[in-house]
Amino acid sequence: MTGYLFHTDEDRRQMLAAIGADSIDEIIDAQVPADVRLDRPLRIADGLDEMSLEAMMRQLAAKNASAASHLCFLGGGAYDHFIPAAVDEIASRGEYYTSYTPYQAEVSQGNLQVMFEYETLVTQLTGLGVSNASLYDGGSAMVEAVLMAFAAGGKRHKVVTSDAVHPEYRQTLDTYLESISAEAVVVSSDAAGSSADSATSAGVIEQIDDSTACVVIQHPNFFGRLEDVEAIAEAAHRAGALLIQIFDPVSLGLLKRPGDLGVDIAVAEGQCLGNPLNFGGPYLGIMACREVLIRRLPGRIAGQTTDRRGNRCWVLTLQTREQHIRRDKATSNICSNQTLLALRATVHLSLLGPQGLRETAEHCVRKAAYARDRLATNPRLRIAHPGPVFKEFVVRDIEGDVAELMQSGLDQGILAGVPLGPWYPELDDCFLVAVTEKRTREEIDRLTAAFAASLAAV
Amino acid sequence: MSRDPAKLIYAKSHEWADVVQDGNDQFATVGISAFAIEQLTDLVYMDLPKVGQQVTAGEEFGEVESVKAVSPLYSPVDGEVVEVHDELPDRLDDLKTDPYDFGWIIKIKLSAAPPADLLDFPSYQQQCAEAG
Amino acid sequence: MRNTQATQLIFELSRPGRRATVLPPLDLPVPAASELLPAEQCATEPPQIPELAEGDVVRHFVNLSTLNMSVDTHFYPLGSCTMKYNPKRNERLASLPGFAAIHPLQSAESIPGLLQVLYELQEMLAEISGLPGVSLQPAAGAHGELTALMVAAAYFRDRDEPRRVVLTADSAHGTNPASAAMVGYQTRTVKSRSDGLVDIEDLKAKLDGNVAVFMLTNPYTLGLFDSQIREITSLVHQAGGLIYLDGANMNAILGIARPGDFGADLMHYNPHKTFSGPHGGGGPGAGPICVRDFLAPYLPQPIVVREGDEYRLQTGSPTSIGRVRSFFGNVGVLVRAYLYIRTYGGPGLKRVSEDAVLGANYLLSRVKHILDVPHGDRCMHEFVASAAKLKKRQGLSAMDLAKRILDFGFHAPTVYFPLVVDEAVMVEPTETESKETLDAFAEALFRITDEAADLAHNAPHTTRISRPDDVTASRRPVVRWVPEKGDH
Repeated sequence: MTGYLFHTDEDRRQMLAAIGADSIDEIIDAQVPADVRLDRPLRIADGLDEMSLEAMMRQLAAKNASAASHLCFLGGGAYDHFIPAAVDEIASRGEYYTSYTPYQAEVSQGNLQVMFEYETLVTQLTGLGVSNASLYDGGSAMVEAVLMAFAAGGKRHKVVTSDAVHPEYRQTLDTYLESISAEAVVVSSDAAGSSADSATSAGVIEQIDDSTACVVIQHPNFFGRLEDVEAIAEAAHRAGALLIQIFDPVSLGLLKRPGDLGVDIAVAEGQCLGNPLNFGGPYLGIMACREVLIRRLPGRIAGQTTDRRGNRCWVLTLQTREQHIRRDKATSNICSNQTLLALRATVHLSLLGPQGLRETAEHCVRKAAYARDRLATNPRLRIAHPGPVFKEFVVRDIEGDVAELMQSGLDQGILAGVPLGPWYPELDDCFLVAVTEKRTREEIDRLTAAFAASLAAV
Repeated sequence: MSRDPAKLIYAKSHEWADVVQDGNDQFATVGISAFAIEQLTDLVYMDLPKVGQQVTAGEEFGEVESVKAVSPLYSPVDGEVVEVHDELPDRLDDLKTDPYDFGWIIKIKLSAAPPADLLDFPSYQQQCAEAG
Repeated sequence: MRNTQATQLIFELSRPGRRATVLPPLDLPVPAASELLPAEQCATEPPQIPELAEGDVVRHFVNLSTLNMSVDTHFYPLGSCTMKYNPKRNERLASLPGFAAIHPLQSAESIPGLLQVLYELQEMLAEISGLPGVSLQPAAGAHGELTALMVAAAYFRDRDEPRRVVLTADSAHGTNPASAAMVGYQTRTVKSRSDGLVDIEDLKAKLDGNVAVFMLTNPYTLGLFDSQIREITSLVHQAGGLIYLDGANMNAILGIARPGDFGADLMHYNPHKTFSGPHGGGGPGAGPICVRDFLAPYLPQPIVVREGDEYRLQTGSPTSIGRVRSFFGNVGVLVRAYLYIRTYGGPGLKRVSEDAVLGANYLLSRVKHILDVPHGDRCMHEFVASAAKLKKRQGLSAMDLAKRILDFGFHAPTVYFPLVVDEAVMVEPTETESKETLDAFAEALFRITDEAADLAHNAPHTTRISRPDDVTASRRPVVRWVPEKGDH
């Protein structure tokens, strides 16, 4: 039999003798009534040995296009950033990935210290006082932030946001809000792109009133554009509402920190910090907030203390917020955290350092600008928004056949962009192009040439 | 002035009340009993109401936490919170050593007479003895 | 032998000017970022994160790793967590770029190999559970619970049945009531009898037309299979409610009993437990859910469907509850679950559960004369002992046992859970531990009960730290590093 079992027939015989049972079936039959026992084998193919399994999986993997086989210009919340070898090397240590939640602090100091370092790095990046040890992903972190704001806001029942916030994050929020009496007001951004500067700020500010628990803004937004976060913060605070910002960790190499912009809760997708694309997960939900909100923060938190001999050490702390103690009154039902991905982010940020993070952001901005300039030379394409962007931007196809453009990219070994039509019917002729530090000038030129070839083919 | 536990009235949920008449109004000072504090082990956090908040007998007005437990604080009487012992959450060790004087939590202006099911000291002691 | 210099905080190891990452030269005919971005949006200084050389980083994190116990290094009988061996081939194969480097917004046509894996996984999970509708989207067990309750709520909304109550067992995991509260349900707790099984009379008393779902775990948290399960599920169904099964303990019943066959309508799996994870120091997990056919229209989307030889991502069902997260799901974890199931196959999975049951019963038989096991001398994949008598007799609490066993090179069992057992010690050995390991663990417990109790009160003695001060940590939380005066 294939697999990882230990017991020989002789082991099983001795163990049954010690138990005082004739067979394993006898033990099970004593508990599981006959009428609920499955009376046939599971209809799942017989097991595979390691060589056969590997051969099968390599074949299946070879059928997929990926950022490894193709040139990737896809963004929209997940990005092909470079992952240094040391990140993989450290995260593949069994002491990390085969351990579990640090219930026994004495034999989990490695994980606990990593959590504490991760939390500190997040506070340093965001300029906010406290971070949890991570949540599932950027989208659920945003939802948890909104639920936190509702809990802090008493009877306030409204969340104001904009359609320049990631559409899947907003869909997730809608699903959660279905269960509670709350309302989301989604302000339409200037998606068509007539204004040059900030995207949705004015519209968002208009909707804030004294029933607003929080405002959710993404900056840089889903279209890569910058928002006027400070103005929104001021308006939100004037109305007694909290401001939640979805940020891009890489952008903080250059942009002002959420805490310095007046943000109360900052959340992010941490995939960009050393985590593989993996078709959407597992990812890393980053969440930080002002210190006054610490007891409303969901998820695990590692804190510093001393042991009985006076040594500095780390423990899970403020656990009374959590489901295993507070049950139906907990800040959230979340029980796990993404420690392994938070470890990867911690190692990645340690390797980048302040200069590395700043240069990575610089590469993103300039390479995106270069790509935008180059694509603008194609008469079939228009740049939708003229203002500044961080690492992605919207391109309009005046022929209105985005699918054809994407297919032609794929045929030339390029994952060229993310069509916006499925989320924004009015942007059916548009797609999103993301350019990370990993893309070279030559690769951007290849993208330009691929679209030029498709122009010639029309 | 030192408060005598034997002269207080108690809720089954371990809060004590010291009710005094002041003109036409009745006021209750409220805290938690030494027995309850012992049971809760090391306290780490306390969440208190604000002045002006209405409270109802038998309903939660705050919370006290140890490392791995949360215990609601129930009001023994109906009324309005007129004073809150704001210093208390930062001096939980003193609450432990002096639960009846330093350890007062809130003062309530009563809107109705104290409920009849509050216990006198001997009855409360008996309840604790049975639980212990 | 410990390197304590390298395990200082990275912030303390930082030195100005040190660095690891160097980017390639940037040769582009565009202005600098400072000219491309508005000045008022830009920070005046680089972020305040530490400055380290690559050697610093590697030595730091490798040394830190050695302060953890893990399945790769130690027996880890943490009850309800199923800490089984994590196959190395799964790590290698799930990391193939043809899976791990797929962007979540790629077209379905560009990833037929991955969609085949995910489709087959849906089918296998449906077969193991006996419930045909599958969503792979939820990110963790608790997230699966929440999603399933949302599915149930959508179903009742569709039927115009405003049921507001969720029943949970008193031995249930804390996520059950927490998830129910997030969907806006009130919870009522159903008691267990003294033998640990659900108290049917109490269930009847709490069951009415207002009950939407009874959330239960079977085998439940005490490691026992509830032989009244048919009666329980039919009572709830007669009252018009649904049965939700918390799949935390599926490792006991693979190929032995199927939740769909014993009356469950919805369930989640914990692939990081049952299908070998790994647990990642606390995550990531995944929380796929399976439901009966009449609930399938409410599942989140997308779902992988097969048409002939083609696989497609199905979206657009008007009755779907919508998304519960961004993108498809925790695919990296799901691919590992697929690999695990394919390695064992149908008959092999049954063997997994049989050996898990054998191991737990063997260990139970070895320790029951020193450790009271209040719910009988048979169990499924785990058992819950009580240190209450030991505490009374020798002053040894569950906490003392947990701390002292660390000195013998074993991770502690789960302690003080479930709440219904006084001084609970919950042991789950799993099928991937040898008889010798189980014997050594039992003998360590014997030694501890023979020793002077003081040894246990002050344990552990062999770890770098011992008995951290949780009280101060909670009273005056220090949740980030701040430079001391005089530090740079």
